[in-house]
Amino acid sequence: MFATKFDYQKASSVSEAIQLLASNPGAKIIAGGHSLLPMMKLRLTSILMLIDIGGIEEMRGISVANGILRIGALTTHAEIADSHDVKDNAGILWETAYGIGDPQVRNRGTIGGNISHADPASDLPTVLKVMDAKFTIQGTGGIMRGGSRTVSADDFFLGPFETALGENEILTTIEMPVLAANQHAEYAKMAHPATSFAVVGAGIVVTVENNICTAARVAVGGFTPIPTRGPSVEQALVGKELNEENIVAATSLIHNDLGSDVFGDVFASAEYRQAMAAIELKHAIYHATGFAHHN
Amino acid sequence: MNIQLTVNGKVQEKDVDPRLLLVHFIRDDLGLTGTKIGCDTSQCGACVVSMDGKTVKSCTCLAVQANGSEITTIEGVSNNGELDPVQEAFWNNHGLQCGYCTSGMIITTMELLKKNANPSDDEIRDGLKGNICRCTGYQNIVKSIQAAAEVMRS
Ligand SMILES: Cc1cc2nc3c(=O)[nH]c(=O)nc-3n(C[C@H](O)[C@H](O)[C@H](O)COP(=O)(O)OP(=O)(O)OC[C@H]3O[C@@H](n4cnc5c(N)ncnc54)[C@H](O)[C@@H]3O)c2cc1C
Repeated sequence: MFATKFDYQKASSVSEAIQLLASNPGAKIIAGGHSLLPMMKLRLTSILMLIDIGGIEEMRGISVANGILRIGALTTHAEIADSHDVKDNAGILWETAYGIGDPQVRNRGTIGGNISHADPASDLPTVLKVMDAKFTIQGTGGIMRGGSRTVSADDFFLGPFETALGENEILTTIEMPVLAANQHAEYAKMAHPATSFAVVGAGIVVTVENNICTAARVAVGGFTPIPTRGPSVEQALVGKELNEENIVAATSLIHNDLGSDVFGDVFASAEYRQAMAAIELKHAIYHATGFAHHN
Repeated sequence: MNIQLTVNGKVQEKDVDPRLLLVHFIRDDLGLTGTKIGCDTSQCGACVVSMDGKTVKSCTCLAVQANGSEITTIEGVSNNGELDPVQEAFWNNHGLQCGYCTSGMIITTMELLKKNANPSDDEIRDGLKGNICRCTGYQNIVKSIQAAAEVMRS
């Protein structure tokens, strides 16, 4: 299958890429190409010009400083799944990256592309939301600080394939607080057997002090337009001991937070996915807290 | 657009349409037809080649994205007519039937064994998640990879 004809330019820096975007209406960024190329080949989209950011070194890499884990947008899923810095400071992301697609998808696909694409079936939006991640976006200017701004994961995703990224903007960096010793995080997914995309994905970060949950961030994705926070579940967890009874009671409240836009398809109906959301959330908390091992 | 890349140790320079896929460049422009096109939607792995030491599905990579890279296809795996231990093991253990998936399987296996010289059966199956076989099944493929790993460790 061939895409419709397009022009191609390789950018060697972020500023060059933004310049090219701004001066070529209808142009689009290509990173790993593992969401964009399949769409172009299937002719679900047709693009006049591709700007390849794949070689921009300043957009790659993983580092930890002052309690913040920083990941360049062009870092591949495979690099994240191979990183000790990610494993030690955000194990949830490390494991999730390993669960994406297959080795070849992980070798090419990037964290920035995954987020910017905002496919409701993707894993990383849900995980970055519970990790309270912040995204650095660069544009042609006129915004703040010479064209650079920061958007939280909570505000970034606007709808299916729709984000806060403006026309001539590029996502450059993903940052998140490293997990503290008393914070436990986990992502559980019911994966589509062919692609590994999330049929239902559930992410949680719980803070536990003296056996009591003192804070919780919960989100589910895969079957809602954007990853959906679960305030009902969060409130029900806080102040409680994380035992089976309390975990089951809290996670079963997720349906209150889902709204009416819940996806279903031939593979899994909306009702089924909704029921699975509570179960995946429960598994995530069980695993995160080691509760499963005591049973 | 003019691109230059090294395929199986040989420098290749061509003028290509930006929409040309790497798999078509390899098969049609270079005539290296060992790399196959299966699903053409980045799921089956018949088109897997190694690019700068990492396996990629060449149906989901533009030839222009591979500009400047080093590619190894199945034709570049043997050494002066002598089969690589992975090829040898697939042969000896009936790791293939029709052979359509085999090039991709072998290229993927080579990366897998480079990362993990002593994989468990589960780790092998996990590593082959992006490669689909529709005839002989995975039993003998896993057996072949275990046999290759053993030869390569000794
Ligand atoms: C077979 C298969 C299985 C998969 N399984 C999973 C899975 O299990 N879970 C999962 O989460 N994902 C999965 N994916 C998707 C994969 O993770 C993609 O790699 C990812 O969604 C897109 O990243 P990319 O670098 O390939 O982006 P591209 O395809 O290059 O780009 C995607 C979109 O984002 C834009 N973009 C890219 N980078 C930037 C940037 N830095 N700034 C602004 N815009 C940008 C592009 O313009 C484009 O619109 C799968 C894909 C395939 C083909």
